[in-house]
Amino acid sequence: MKKLIQFKNIVKEFDGQIVLKGVNLDIYENEFVTLLGPSGCGKTTLLRILGGFLEPTEGKIIFDGQDISQVPPYKREINTVFQKYALFPHMNVYENIAFGLKIKKQSKDVIEQKVMRMLSLVGLEGFEKRNVTLLSGGQQQRVAIARALVNEPEVLLLDEPLGALDLKLRKEMQHELKKIQKEVGITFIFVTHDQEEALTMSDKIVVMKDGEIQQIGTPEEIYNEPENEYVARFIGESNIIDGVMKEDYRVMFDDKIYDCVDFGFKKNENVDIVIRPEDIDIVPRGQGILNGEVKSLLFKGVHYEIMVQTVSGTAKTVKMHVLANHDKVNPEANEKISANDFTMDLEDVAEMTDADVIARANAQAWDEEDEFISLSTVEYDIKPSPAPIRRPSAPPKALRSRLKSASSSRSMSRTTSIISALPLLTSIKHRMKSKRASR
Amino acid sequence: MKSFARMLYPYLVWIAIMILAPMLLIVLYAFTKQGNSVLTLQFTLDNFARFFSDSIFPNVLWRSLKIALITTVICVLLGYPAAYFIAKLDGNRKSVMVLLITLPMWINMLVRTYAWRGILLNFPVSSEFKVFVGMVYNFIPFMILQIYTSLTKMDQSLLTAAEDLGANKVQTFLRVTLPLSMPGVISGITLVFLPAVSSFFIPKLLGGGDYVLVGNLIENYFISTGDWNFGSAISLIMAVIIMISMFITKKVDYENKGETRA
Repeated sequence: MKKLIQFKNIVKEFDGQIVLKGVNLDIYENEFVTLLGPSGCGKTTLLRILGGFLEPTEGKIIFDGQDISQVPPYKREINTVFQKYALFPHMNVYENIAFGLKIKKQSKDVIEQKVMRMLSLVGLEGFEKRNVTLLSGGQQQRVAIARALVNEPEVLLLDEPLGALDLKLRKEMQHELKKIQKEVGITFIFVTHDQEEALTMSDKIVVMKDGEIQQIGTPEEIYNEPENEYVARFIGESNIIDGVMKEDYRVMFDDKIYDCVDFGFKKNENVDIVIRPEDIDIVPRGQGILNGEVKSLLFKGVHYEIMVQTVSGTAKTVKMHVLANHDKVNPEANEKISANDFTMDLEDVAEMTDADVIARANAQAWDEEDEFISLSTVEYDIKPSPAPIRRPSAPPKALRSRLKSASSSRSMSRTTSIISALPLLTSIKHRMKSKRASR
Repeated sequence: MKSFARMLYPYLVWIAIMILAPMLLIVLYAFTKQGNSVLTLQFTLDNFARFFSDSIFPNVLWRSLKIALITTVICVLLGYPAAYFIAKLDGNRKSVMVLLITLPMWINMLVRTYAWRGILLNFPVSSEFKVFVGMVYNFIPFMILQIYTSLTKMDQSLLTAAEDLGANKVQTFLRVTLPLSMPGVISGITLVFLPAVSSFFIPKLLGGGDYVLVGNLIENYFISTGDWNFGSAISLIMAVIIMISMFITKKVDYENKGETRA
C-alpha cells in the first residue's frame, strides 16, 4: 500500500487559539481511518483542512505526492459526507446525486448510468424522483454517501455522519459503510467521538485530544495496548491502577507481582496499570490472587462495577464526639448532646475542613425523637494517616469476594480500587497493561 | 385551542368592518349608476363599458403595469446584488447595513418623495425617468430585505457541499444560492409590484401633471370629479388584474418547487 495523504506538522489557529498542535499523520490507499476524540479535540478541523474548507496556519498536506495546501476544495479529488448531510433541498434524489457529474459536464447517459449504480450501491433503487427533504435520516444519509461517491473520489471524508441516527440505524449503517468502502475500494476518513463506532469499522484509529494525536493504531492495538491513561480511559472501560514496574514483563501492585506485556521501563518505575473488565475473574474465596471485601456493587449492563477493598483496615467506622447546638428541637441549647456515632471515609478526613466535617455530621445527626438536628461544632479525634490513603468506603456490607490472588494486608499503601469486572466469565487472563504514569 | 379560537372574534369583526365592508361597497359602486340612494339601486355595466370603449383608460392601465413591471425588474437587478453583498458581511456590519436599508422607511414616504422632487427638479430628464427613480427608491428596500432574509436563512453547509462536489463559486451561485433564494425574490416581487402598480402620489409628485397612471386616475375620479362609481369600476378592474398576476407569480413559484417533488 502506498501513502496517499500525508499531514506534515499541521498547525491550526483560530483567533489565537491553537486547535491543532502540529499534527503528523500518514494515510494509505484503501484504508478505513477513523479520527477519534471528544468534541473540541480538533478532529473535524483536521478533516476540514483536508477537504480544503480551512487553511492550515502552518504545515502542508501532501496528496498523492503533491502539496495541495493551496488547492481550492472544488479541485481536490476528495468528497465529503457532511454531518447533517447538506443535501440540496431544491433537488430530488437523482439531481442531488448527479450534481457533481453535471458540474463536470459529463454526458446525460453517463450521468444516468453512474447515478443508477450509486443508487443500487446504497440501496435506494426507485427513489430517484423523491424529494430529499421527505426522506428519513437513514435515507438522507445514503443519498449523501451516493452523492459523494458518484464523483469517484480517491478519498471520502465522513464528518460524524451517523450522529443524527438512532442506535439501531447507526449499527446498520456502520456495517453498510464498511461494506461500501470494501466495494468501492477507496480511502475512507471517518470522524467520530463514538469509540464503539471507531472500533467496529476502522482499519486504523487515530485517537486525538486537545489538537494532538495520542495514538495511531489498529482497533486491537488501541484497545489492548493503549499508549497512555487518556487513551485507556477513552477507549472502552478500564481499571487504571497505580503500580510499579519491577522488571520487564513484571508489574507490581498491592504487593503482588503480575505478568504483563510491557517492557523497557526502568526498574521500580511508577506506571499506570490498565486492566480491562473482561480480564478480571471473580472466583470463590481462597482461589484468587487478590483477596478483598466487596463494598458496593453496581450493574452497568455489560459489566459490573464492584468496589473491592483489597487491604483491610483502611476503612473504618470512627466514633466521634459531637458537641451539639440543639437549635432546632431542644430549647436548652447549652445541653451537650451525644449524637450518634457516624461514619466517615478515612481518606476524606485528610482533605476535610472543620466545616465539611460538621456538614457531614449534620447529615447523620438526630436526637432521641428521631428528629434531625443541626450542629455547630464537632469534636473528633481521628487523624488522617501519613501514608497516602485511597478511597475506602463507608458502611461495609458483609458480602465477601476475592480476586485471584492472595493478598498481604500488612501495609496501608494500597487500598481499594474500583474494579470493573465481568464476574465468573472466563478463566484467568493475565493481560495486564502497564504504561508510564502520566504524571 | 377552542378557547383561543374565541379570541379571534374581535379581529373577525374588525376585518369585516374595516376591510370587507369597504371592498363590498366598491363592488357595489362599480356596478351601479351614479346618484343612487340605498333605496333606488340601479345596477349597470356602463362603468366598465366606458372604461374599455375609450382607449385612454386601457392605455393608462397598460402604462401603469409597464411602469410597475420595469420598476420591479430594476429592483430585482439592483436589489439582489445588494442583498447578496450584505448577507456575506460579518455580523456587525451586516446589522449596520440592514439598519441603513430600513432607516429611510422611518420617514414618511410622502416626505421622501417630495425631497426627490426637489432634487430632480432641475435635471433635464423625462418625467417618466423621474417616476422610475421615485418608484425604485421607495420600493427597493422591500426587495433587498426579502432577498437578504432568504439568503441568510439558507443553510451555509449547502454551499460548502456544492464546493466539495466540484462547483466553483459561480457554479455554486447559479445552481444552489440562486434557486434557493427564489422564494425571497418572489415575495420581493410581490411587495414591489403591488404598491408600484397602484401608486398615485409618486407619479403625481415626480411626473408632474402630464404623467397619469391608473392610481392617479382613480384618485381623480374619487376626489376631483366625484364620480365614485367609475372610480370604483377602475379599482375593481385593477384589482382583478393584480389578482391574476399574483396568481401567475405564485404558480411559477410553486412549479419551481413542484419540479423536484413530482
